[in-house]
Amino acid sequence: MFIVKNRKVFYGISIGLVVISIVALLVWGLIPGIDFKGGSAMEVTYTGARPEMSVVKAEIDALNFTPSLKDTYQVRPIGDDSYVVKLRSITETERGELERVLTTGAVKAEVKKFNSIGPVLGQEAARKSMMSVVLVLLAIVLFITFVFRKVSEPVSSWKYGLFSIIALSHDVIIPSGVFAILGHYLGYEVDTLFVTAMLVVLGFSIHDTIVVFDRVRENLGINNQKPSKDKKEFDVVVGESINQTFVRSVSTSFATLLAVVALYFFGPAATKNFALVLIIGIFFGTYSSIFIASNLLVTNYKMMMNKENKK
Amino acid sequence: MFKKRLLALVLLVLGGLVGWYVYNSQVAADSTHKFKLGLDLNGGTELVYSADTSKLASGEISDAMDTLRDVIERRVNAFGVAEPIVQVEKVGFGITGDASNQLVVDLPGVTNVKDAVAMIGKTPSLEFRLENPALTEKEKADPKLTADKAFITTGLDGRYLSKSALEYDQTTGQSVVSLQFNTEGADKFAALTKNNIGKVLAIFLDGDLKSMPVIRDEIRNGKAVISGGFTGSAGRAEAKTLVNNLNLGALPLPIELISTQTVGATLGQAATKAAVYAGILAFILISIFMILFYRLPGLIAVIALAIYTAINLAIFKLLPVTLTAPGIAGFILSVGMAVDANILIFERMKEELNSGRELGDAVKEGFHRAWLSIRDSNTSSLITACILFMFSSTALVKGFALVFAIGVLVSMFTAITATRTMLLSIKSEHAGKVLKFLFGGKTK
Repeated sequence: MFIVKNRKVFYGISIGLVVISIVALLVWGLIPGIDFKGGSAMEVTYTGARPEMSVVKAEIDALNFTPSLKDTYQVRPIGDDSYVVKLRSITETERGELERVLTTGAVKAEVKKFNSIGPVLGQEAARKSMMSVVLVLLAIVLFITFVFRKVSEPVSSWKYGLFSIIALSHDVIIPSGVFAILGHYLGYEVDTLFVTAMLVVLGFSIHDTIVVFDRVRENLGINNQKPSKDKKEFDVVVGESINQTFVRSVSTSFATLLAVVALYFFGPAATKNFALVLIIGIFFGTYSSIFIASNLLVTNYKMMMNKENKK
Repeated sequence: MFKKRLLALVLLVLGGLVGWYVYNSQVAADSTHKFKLGLDLNGGTELVYSADTSKLASGEISDAMDTLRDVIERRVNAFGVAEPIVQVEKVGFGITGDASNQLVVDLPGVTNVKDAVAMIGKTPSLEFRLENPALTEKEKADPKLTADKAFITTGLDGRYLSKSALEYDQTTGQSVVSLQFNTEGADKFAALTKNNIGKVLAIFLDGDLKSMPVIRDEIRNGKAVISGGFTGSAGRAEAKTLVNNLNLGALPLPIELISTQTVGATLGQAATKAAVYAGILAFILISIFMILFYRLPGLIAVIALAIYTAINLAIFKLLPVTLTAPGIAGFILSVGMAVDANILIFERMKEELNSGRELGDAVKEGFHRAWLSIRDSNTSSLITACILFMFSSTALVKGFALVFAIGVLVSMFTAITATRTMLLSIKSEHAGKVLKFLFGGKTK
């Protein structure tokens, strides 16, 4: 009952975090990786001592591509022995030139990784990503409405879907906000794996929400069977449902977090950001399922009751 | 009771066998069933080409793309790449009516991008064109008339070529390239030459006008010759290269490279190692958690999880599923989520125990009640995985979605069969306080 009684506090926390995230997104935005905006990235590892960034930049400037590369590229260090050069998408000949210049300088180097994605492909990836997010959200609303179609009293079944979506959008906005901040200060980029992680978070968060709603449905069923004098109020039923499922939700999220944390700290570099999005998303996903989604049912119920009483 | 215990034992043995198969087929030197690793773990190059299908009717695009795919695959095989994959990629989702026009070429182990691209790119596009009948006299006389304007396409192109050979023309002392069309091509060529006697037939190679012989007669045997421009030994060498390229396949469509990705082998190996390490660590951490928190059922869950892992890995080997870094991440994630079904059941069991039920009943009720939640929440994960799979624009995301979906399905299976069987096989009538404690119920 603690959770239901203090729902305003929890709404407050969530709204606060969401507002901060939205502000960060509006002010700084997300930095798209080459998956979405096209471009190239070449990662080189030096066998000896890594030369200074200025030396590498001078070599690249000397290449004289058309259109000129000047001021349109970035060189970032990776670890102690590598650089990644990020620039516009380049042709095969240009790539050959760039590789030659970077690997045969004073210190020998090796190209570890190279990506070049044309702008058309990038836009297509962005379009597909957005469509998949929209579709997943839609599918989830429909699915929940269908699953809970028999629970129309006292809160109608489509509202279960609606409140799940509100809780889910909170799960999507906050990690995005975090990445806007990380992007601004540390250059973190958003690529197709980010979108994938987001979708996983949605799927996972709805898991939790379903478990709580399921319990509400079950308890409502039991409650309806009882004689009037024993019937509990709706908010009491919801509160008890949350209590009953609390341990389970936290346990599952904890187990999954263990897996993802192992992935973040010990897994391959390519999936580190992916794991980070998952960690944030799973954490807030569980939070939203327990503290927000069911409380919204109660709030809605109270609003309906108030309207009834005023008639 | 005995039947249940036997079943549990059978399950354990089966699980062990699957696990042994997975281990053995990976470690044995002559195994044909090793894990298939994606380019980001194996090292290699992926090239994506966009084909210009603007000149084709929409019904022809699919066939042309298939021919293109075959041609490029032959060239790639000639290059000596082990297990290359050349695929036509679906662009657009069919709803928008986009026909697919992208070709994805995966070259495992190839890190010399320059050579790979040069070799694929060298595939010439061959076209036969006729004089443009719409040209006015004035335009014909204009010295700045472009070849493209002067000639129009006939539909006869490299698709219909069956063979090309290097020959020597005695009268001119030059090398020539002879062409032999296939049956369909020969028919088209016959019709073309029959209806256009006296006109110029322009031969275009890679968009450049190469030769303009005049059609003297109907040619029914499907033979043609490209001559002129191949003088001396340099000319002979050029003609020879052309013949080789034509034989390996003339492209039916012009192509453009729109994306390149290479991963060095050492980076790939480092990624694989890290992924495996993270996976093992995740499993250990989750096991410790489950045993500490749920005691005996927790141990059962861990055994079920081990069986789950073995089954998943076996499926990856047998389907086969190409494992990428996100794919392995997806698997690790699904291990974490697989415990979910178990936890749902155990929590229910605890509740039933605490409300006074006997152990055997508590277990049964736990399963029965938890099943609906398990089914619903796993279905939502499956929906997400399906949408991801259909809309993925890269092999990396597709790999993730597939692994994730398999994980969800197998986890439902193992929770309902393995966990359930093992739980039920533990002596459950008149369970004493010790057993109740082990099952996590509160002892009164």
